[in-house]
Amino acid sequence: MKDPQSHMEPSLARYIWTHTKKQQLWILMIVLLSMIPYFMSFDLPKLIVNGPIQGKGFEQPGATQPFMRLHYNVPFIGEVQFFSGFQLDRKETLFALSLVFLLLVVINGLFKLYINTYKGRLGERMLRRIRFDLVDRVLRFPPVYFKRVKSAEVATMVKDEVEPLGGFIGDAFLQPVLLGGQALTSMLFIMIQNVWLGMIAVVIVVIQIVLIPRMRRRLIVLGRQRQLTARALSGRVGEIVDGIGAVHVHDTSNYERADIAARLGLIFKIRFDLYQWKFMVKFLNNFLAQLTPFLFYMIGGYLVIQGRLDVGQLVAVIGAYKDLPGPMKELIDWDQDRQDVQVKYQQVVEQFTVESLIAPKIGALTIDDPEPMTNPLSAIGLSIADDGGAMLLNRVSLQVKPGETVALVSTATGGAEALAEAFARLNWPDSGRVASGADDLLELPEAVTGRRMSYASSDVFLFQASLRDNLLYGLKHAPLTSASYDGVAADQHRWNIHEARRSGNPDFDIHSDWINYASAGATGPHDLFEAVRRVLDAVVLSRDILDLGLRSSADLARHTELARRIVELRAALRTRLDQEGLSGLVVPFEPGAYNKEATIGQNLLFGAAAGPELADRALAANPYFASVLRQAGLDRTLYEMGMEIAQQAIELFADLPPDHQFFQQLAFMSADEIPAYETLLQRLKNRPYEAVSENDRAMIVTLSFAYIEPRHRFGLLSDELMSKIVAARNRFYENLPPELQTAVERYDPARYIAAATVMDNVLFGRVGNNHPDAPDRIRSILYDILDELGLYAELLDVGLDFNVGSGGRRLTGGQRQKLDVARALLKRPDFLILNRPLSALDQRMQDRVLRNVLEEARRDGHSPAIVWVVTNPSMAMMFDRVIVFDSGQLVEDGTHETLLAENGIFKELVS
Amino acid sequence: MLLKDEVGMLQRVPLFSGIELTKLKLLAFTSDRVSYSAGQVLFRQGDEGDAAYVILSGRADILVDSDSGPIKVAEMVPNSIVGEIAILCNSSRTATVRAASQLEALRISKEHFLRLMKESPEMTIEILRVLADRLSHTTADLIDARSAK
Repeated sequence: MKDPQSHMEPSLARYIWTHTKKQQLWILMIVLLSMIPYFMSFDLPKLIVNGPIQGKGFEQPGATQPFMRLHYNVPFIGEVQFFSGFQLDRKETLFALSLVFLLLVVINGLFKLYINTYKGRLGERMLRRIRFDLVDRVLRFPPVYFKRVKSAEVATMVKDEVEPLGGFIGDAFLQPVLLGGQALTSMLFIMIQNVWLGMIAVVIVVIQIVLIPRMRRRLIVLGRQRQLTARALSGRVGEIVDGIGAVHVHDTSNYERADIAARLGLIFKIRFDLYQWKFMVKFLNNFLAQLTPFLFYMIGGYLVIQGRLDVGQLVAVIGAYKDLPGPMKELIDWDQDRQDVQVKYQQVVEQFTVESLIAPKIGALTIDDPEPMTNPLSAIGLSIADDGGAMLLNRVSLQVKPGETVALVSTATGGAEALAEAFARLNWPDSGRVASGADDLLELPEAVTGRRMSYASSDVFLFQASLRDNLLYGLKHAPLTSASYDGVAADQHRWNIHEARRSGNPDFDIHSDWINYASAGATGPHDLFEAVRRVLDAVVLSRDILDLGLRSSADLARHTELARRIVELRAALRTRLDQEGLSGLVVPFEPGAYNKEATIGQNLLFGAAAGPELADRALAANPYFASVLRQAGLDRTLYEMGMEIAQQAIELFADLPPDHQFFQQLAFMSADEIPAYETLLQRLKNRPYEAVSENDRAMIVTLSFAYIEPRHRFGLLSDELMSKIVAARNRFYENLPPELQTAVERYDPARYIAAATVMDNVLFGRVGNNHPDAPDRIRSILYDILDELGLYAELLDVGLDFNVGSGGRRLTGGQRQKLDVARALLKRPDFLILNRPLSALDQRMQDRVLRNVLEEARRDGHSPAIVWVVTNPSMAMMFDRVIVFDSGQLVEDGTHETLLAENGIFKELVS
Repeated sequence: MLLKDEVGMLQRVPLFSGIELTKLKLLAFTSDRVSYSAGQVLFRQGDEGDAAYVILSGRADILVDSDSGPIKVAEMVPNSIVGEIAILCNSSRTATVRAASQLEALRISKEHFLRLMKESPEMTIEILRVLADRLSHTTADLIDARSAK
């Protein structure tokens, strides 16, 4: 399982050269080629000015000059003329030369464009390659590594720390060659003019070359510190996010604030030091560059006065020198960049260089399913120590035969969990080995162990995706179908593949179907659901998922059946409630009637807000809605009602502390709004309605929208008001302006309301407020009806759309564990390893799920081996064989009966 | 029945008689109004106690399980409170309460009830008094029962 090549290339330059040498040489060639038109465009202005403009060569009227004559002096042969050129007069020559100038401008621009694009793409491809390499290594790190590293630090290395590399790679080799060439040329030119002055320039350059990098050493040290402190910061921020519960529970938020502030202070200090040094170095560099002309003027001038140097030479040297500092400065900048990225790269490589990396062949993509594992699974002299060196398992040997069900019972220090982890390859042996038949388990490809074995534990990780995605995650081993693309998508797909290969990334298609239906005992998407439903039933999770389905709004593109049969469903619910004498439980929405159990706002809008325009607080402030209220003669009534509610609410709640739990009952306003309403009420108390501003009116009217008479019992609703509200409702829809058409879905007994939950859709009404057990009763009736109408599966599917949240935190601990077991079951493995998988559940539920799982795993004649680390010894009764661990040793092994008869540790544990 | 009528009824419940009006109103507002038809069960013996009920109208039977089936031990009439013991002792319900007629009640959740006790010493003393009263009755019953043996 271990990869001998576990080291990454430590030198950035070599890493870049290995992967991009062809491209680097190509771009160098292009750059050299681009020099030709570049220098030609230097020469051309002189030709234009001297020739056609000043008239040199056109002294005679009507004189012509050859244009584009090609002739060269070939050694030994003399002048050879390839093309005699066109004869052009003065004006024509001017136009021709100017056009050539324009042409060169275009060519130079195009060269520049090409070079920059090429360099950019080269850098980005390299960046993609590095990032992929890093993540690929993360996927191959040995398990122990993850005990020591913070996920946020790894993420910041992959994302931020290698980012500057992309910009540098294109210039990595080009820049020194080019700038070095330029610097050397001008140095040579100075030398030719005057050796002594040339020597001065050389000495200064040597000082620069020696001194500046020395000063930069400190910059490198600081740069490294900057990187490490920044990485540690992101690690800490990640920790605060993950551990936010602990922070609040222990009132340590200020401790965290202090820690973060201290870190930021340190980072600031390092960065500021860095700036100081950087500009210090820059200053020195500039100073040295300026020192040379000073020396030229003084020493050169002195020599001229002495008559040992002529003026022309001095001027030529000074002229030539002005081309030297530019390239030198850029070269030094390049060097700075180089060191910068080299440090960054090294820092990252150090972190990603890990002993005993998993060999690539272990995780290689395998399309075809492996043969079943028919050999026994065994531990041979297996010892495992924890990070502190304490022995979790001490030379344990045992064998689990195919088809055998084994309960691992463990005392607190037993070590059964470590054995289960070793079987799952999550904990590597310190000595001894884990084997499948004769093969070392660690040498088997994951394509075998990941498909023929399943593992679930109490420590569940779920991805932030839907329940369905998490459940099917265990089946996504390889892209099994090739997705077909056409048109633009096909081009994009080809481009994707091409680019992936150029960057050394794999080109597996994430959009193809990765689900291995066969391993779930299905043949395709259409019958997979049956398998899913069975495992969910087995772990007693279906009911929870149905509840989630009821509470969420269905995606109608996927769940067409619900929408299509909604009328039938509503009618069936109504009939059933009537039959059971429960029709009082739900007050249905009727287009022409007021629903007393709904709020006034719901009765007015009589629909589900599908956009922000008419949702919640925005409703009262909506100008169209306000105008409808005015026309219906409701504006003043609702305002007065709102005032009454405000008064009552403030009278009731004003003295309570804002965190008082009674506020949960106050539907009209939140605790922090009370002071605002208190002052508003004071201000508006004796003001006539006409004098109240639109804004204040909306603030007050909105309170009345939350009012439900049977619940709040203020006695504010009269028959007259109710009929006015129904009238206003109709008026609202009659003249609904086009921009609000999509903001609301009107309640229609014959239509599904996409913006509402499934529950609201089926109920199509409100549950009476004074029946405490109504929601439960209605839900169980609803499940009955859905089953009768064959819509149970559809609702379960809606529930499976539920997004489990970051790390699955939107589910309870028990639900997460159940889902993990369901996922392990769905794969129908040969060896099912379960490591205290249901510890969050009470014993009764654990026993129930255990029985179901044993049954489900053996359905259809399957007989997987099941190794279950039980939380309670009494559960061992259900297994063929019981193995007892104590202090890292296997102490008892036998059937439940024999162990009970033996009077050993097991008997002690059970009693 | 409106909030203010409920407050009026709460005032007549001995337990709440010493509590100021605004507190009672708050209690009424934050409690759920529930209604039961005859035969419906408010809670069962052995259930976890999560709320107390003030009977507003109608009657309820208090039943205790025995070997020979449930025995009716008392009847609750309007203005009486039922179910407060399980809340105070954190124990499960000691009896089953079943509506004997159409019943209207205020359901005061456990958290609200305890919160109110914390904030209103008058109510706490009143509750103590009622409980002590019941205890002395029970003791008297016990003495009667023992001496009758």
